[in-house]
Amino acid sequence: MLSFNVVITISLCYVAILFMVAFMAERRAMMGNATWLYSPLIYTLSLSIYCTAWTFYGAVGYAARSGLEFATIYLGPTLMMIGWWWILRKLVRIGRAQRITSIADLVSSRFGKSTSLGMIVTVISVVAATPYIALQLQSVTLSFAVFAQSNGQVWRDAELNATAMWVSVGLVIFTVIFGTRNLDANERHHGIVMAIAVEAVVKLVALLAVGVFVVWGVAGGPSEMLTRIDASPITLWDHNGGRWISLLFLSAAAFICLPRMFQVLVVENADERHLAIASWAFPTYLMLMSLFVVPIAVVGLDLLPTGSNPDLFVLTVPLYQGRDGLAMLSFLGGFSSATSMVMVATIALATMVSNHIVLPIWLSMRPNQQAVMSGDIRHVILLARRLSIAGVLFLGFIYYRVSGGGTALAAIGLVSFSGAVQILPAMIGGIFWRGATRIGAAAGLIVGLTLWLWTLFLPSFGADAMISQSVFDDGPFGLNWLRPQALFGISGLDPLVHGILWSMILNTGTFIVGSLISFPAPLERLQGAQFVNIFEHSAAAPAWTNAAAGAEDLLIMAQRIMGSTDAQAIFEREAIRQGKKGYLPEVTPAFVELLERELAGSVGAATAHAMVGQLIGGSGVSVEDLIAVADEAAQILEYSNRLEAKSTEQEQTARALRDANAKLTALSIQKDAFLSQISHELRTPMTSIRSFSDILRDGEVGGDAQKRYSGIIHDEAIRLTRLLDDLLDLSVLENGQVMLNEQTGSLSALLDRAIGGAGLLGSNLKIVRTPEVDDVTITTDLDRLVQVFINLIANSRKYCDAQHPRLKISVFDRGSHFYIDFVDNGSGIAADNQQLIFEKFSRVADGSKAGGAGLGLAICREIMRRLGGDITYLPGQYGTAFRLRLPKKKMKNALGEL
Amino acid sequence: MGKRVLLIEDEPNILEAISFILSRDGWTVHTHEDGETAMQKVVGFPPDMIILDVMLPGRSGFDILRDLRGTDTTKDIPVMMLTARGQEKDRELALRLGANHFMTKPFSNAEVRDNVRNLMEA
Repeated sequence: MLSFNVVITISLCYVAILFMVAFMAERRAMMGNATWLYSPLIYTLSLSIYCTAWTFYGAVGYAARSGLEFATIYLGPTLMMIGWWWILRKLVRIGRAQRITSIADLVSSRFGKSTSLGMIVTVISVVAATPYIALQLQSVTLSFAVFAQSNGQVWRDAELNATAMWVSVGLVIFTVIFGTRNLDANERHHGIVMAIAVEAVVKLVALLAVGVFVVWGVAGGPSEMLTRIDASPITLWDHNGGRWISLLFLSAAAFICLPRMFQVLVVENADERHLAIASWAFPTYLMLMSLFVVPIAVVGLDLLPTGSNPDLFVLTVPLYQGRDGLAMLSFLGGFSSATSMVMVATIALATMVSNHIVLPIWLSMRPNQQAVMSGDIRHVILLARRLSIAGVLFLGFIYYRVSGGGTALAAIGLVSFSGAVQILPAMIGGIFWRGATRIGAAAGLIVGLTLWLWTLFLPSFGADAMISQSVFDDGPFGLNWLRPQALFGISGLDPLVHGILWSMILNTGTFIVGSLISFPAPLERLQGAQFVNIFEHSAAAPAWTNAAAGAEDLLIMAQRIMGSTDAQAIFEREAIRQGKKGYLPEVTPAFVELLERELAGSVGAATAHAMVGQLIGGSGVSVEDLIAVADEAAQILEYSNRLEAKSTEQEQTARALRDANAKLTALSIQKDAFLSQISHELRTPMTSIRSFSDILRDGEVGGDAQKRYSGIIHDEAIRLTRLLDDLLDLSVLENGQVMLNEQTGSLSALLDRAIGGAGLLGSNLKIVRTPEVDDVTITTDLDRLVQVFINLIANSRKYCDAQHPRLKISVFDRGSHFYIDFVDNGSGIAADNQQLIFEKFSRVADGSKAGGAGLGLAICREIMRRLGGDITYLPGQYGTAFRLRLPKKKMKNALGEL
Repeated sequence: MGKRVLLIEDEPNILEAISFILSRDGWTVHTHEDGETAMQKVVGFPPDMIILDVMLPGRSGFDILRDLRGTDTTKDIPVMMLTARGQEKDRELALRLGANHFMTKPFSNAEVRDNVRNLMEA
């Protein structure tokens, strides 16, 4: 006999193992050597969260109560997977192209990035998922209770509730740790996916083991088993056609509408081709899961005393037979089924709640730019997600308490399914019908939600719990035609069929009629074309035209949401694409679109659109939008999309030509300017030298004046020499004749050397460093690198105009490169000058203060090029900021390119 | 003579040198280092003569010259321009804008003294 403590210990060990698996997967993914995490096998196994505790325990109970009807729950998804080409492929493609974060985001994004639709879908999803989560808590709790009972304890409500609560708390912790690591909801949760893949295997093995034991161990072989099945009442072909069709539809639709399924199918999908493999592999998994359901149900009914809960046969049959090990395995299978479902469901729901309810409210409370520029959005989002996870589980726990945990598992599951499928018309209509509008979708969803609440959800608590028996019998306020299980006077239908039939018919009908009589907004039309014709053209339509925002503002906002590394990468990539240097690309409509999509990956399409809108300040309606509205026919809209792509192209060509022309002109002017600059820089000190030597030669002054004038001559001569040195240095560097003296040394020692050599004596500039990070070894021309460091530190000393000047030097290890950032707290450099400062003789500040000729940064740039890296101005740091990029590899390659 | 010369130049050493040369020759030398506020300085204190550098922080000497010549109270003040760029087109521009003389740095002290004397006598 398994002692209860052993069961608890084994469960905790199992959780610890899952924890380690998840942790290692995260680690591997972070280190970048985890291609196996992206395999079709993992994808298929992650889909198995469809098989929850309901499927694990409940299917047998279902079979014991209603015979073969349980098979519909497996057949629905199977049909959906086999027909993946039509619906799933499209969903996955759209999900990737539009960086969709959840099913609420999909619907919101399709219908013009509508905030209200996102909220409605989120509400439906949360309400529908609540019973389902309660169901998982219930099954885990019941299975613990079985062990307690087999130890002679009798669990009452208090023990059951305490167990359910501890399970909830544990799940919150696990999910928060692995589900909110990445802010970007569009990114994959490797740890969780790996953990549920392991759990998928455990539950399959457990169920097969119990099945094998039942067939060969109890019944005595397949043929004996078949005889038993034939004799059993559950195989009587007592089927109800309406129920079969409804259930088939329900499970197929729920397969794509359930937030957690959408999460694993679309959001966590790494490669569209995985769908093709999953299309046969996942039905195979389902087939194996269902293989022994009937034998276990039949044997359970035969063996166990009447009145035993058939929902627990998978567990009680082995226990009854004294197979403790098998019972334990079965317990872990059920435990896996429940926990994996809850984790993914809460992540999906938390993303939806934070992106579609919390953030829009938070943003609307801060109606100006302040919200996106200064508030710490990342923290708000992460906190919102964590609280949502706890909130969703708490709701599940409350439902469990209120419903009393008494209802059969399968019945609760079906109520959940039928809630989630209310999203189906808006979703399918949205991706296949361009005429669908936001008004139609919202109306359909609200009608569907209302009917579902009235006919299925509220009655699920049982008579007199939420709805009194008299309302069941006579309707509310005596309105007979509103009876929850006999709407419009149609009685005699199975309650489930009745609820699904009415809610789906009225939901779809309202959606269609609402779409036909309302007129889509411009953005809706464009998004509609994008979604419906995803396979024809993947180019996104620009949503913003009068882009007045500075690139720097957008960068600051993006950094706050995505973190500086990712944001800077996006901006830099775009700048390179546009043929520009640095981190500030031109704010073209195409770039704003791209940025909006990237942000949508973190905060959802509607919020990203609103945030960018606050900065851009444009109306959001472009000329293209207006053309689209004017042209009713769909072909014309497409034509205008193509035209617009062309005109963008022409604009780009024109810009490239203008740039080339400007470059040519600049080159010829540059030579003149350079000579004239050198002349100026040489003649100025020369003038002082000549004048003062004249004065001294005349012999008119003596004493202190004489000393002073010869001092000036001396200083100016040194200034001349330094200038000539710099010029020669620059010329050598530019011509590539420089000999690099490659050595290996400690970066931190080099920084020490540079700080010593930057003439900080008597200056109040404070240097801030992070010694634990900059203690790395590098191989490069160390003296040249120190020269660059000294230049940057000296610049900060000269130009940083803060009251308490401070220069922060940070080192980052970025795979193939080190990044070394020099950021001070001065007033920074205006965007116009950020490129200019690297040019020879460019001095943004007052020349006399600088005491140099404006060659320092030009020399730095040349040195960094020679070392195979570069130096760029880093905007958006609230001060003057430079970033050095230094390759870890040997310099030779870098030189070879030059 | 005791006449007043305004020296607009941003290099402190050159300021000191020219001041010394002209003081010795009997001038009262006033100095100003910024291009942006130079016009206000001239208008508020009309000197007898102006020595104006081309490359000034804030505003170029050419722009200041254009303003001087376009303002009634200053249009007749003799102006001598200084430049370190030494390009022929700078000289042409300066003379076209109404400079009375144009000198390229570096210069001998005697040159400065003589040119200033000549301008005052003319």
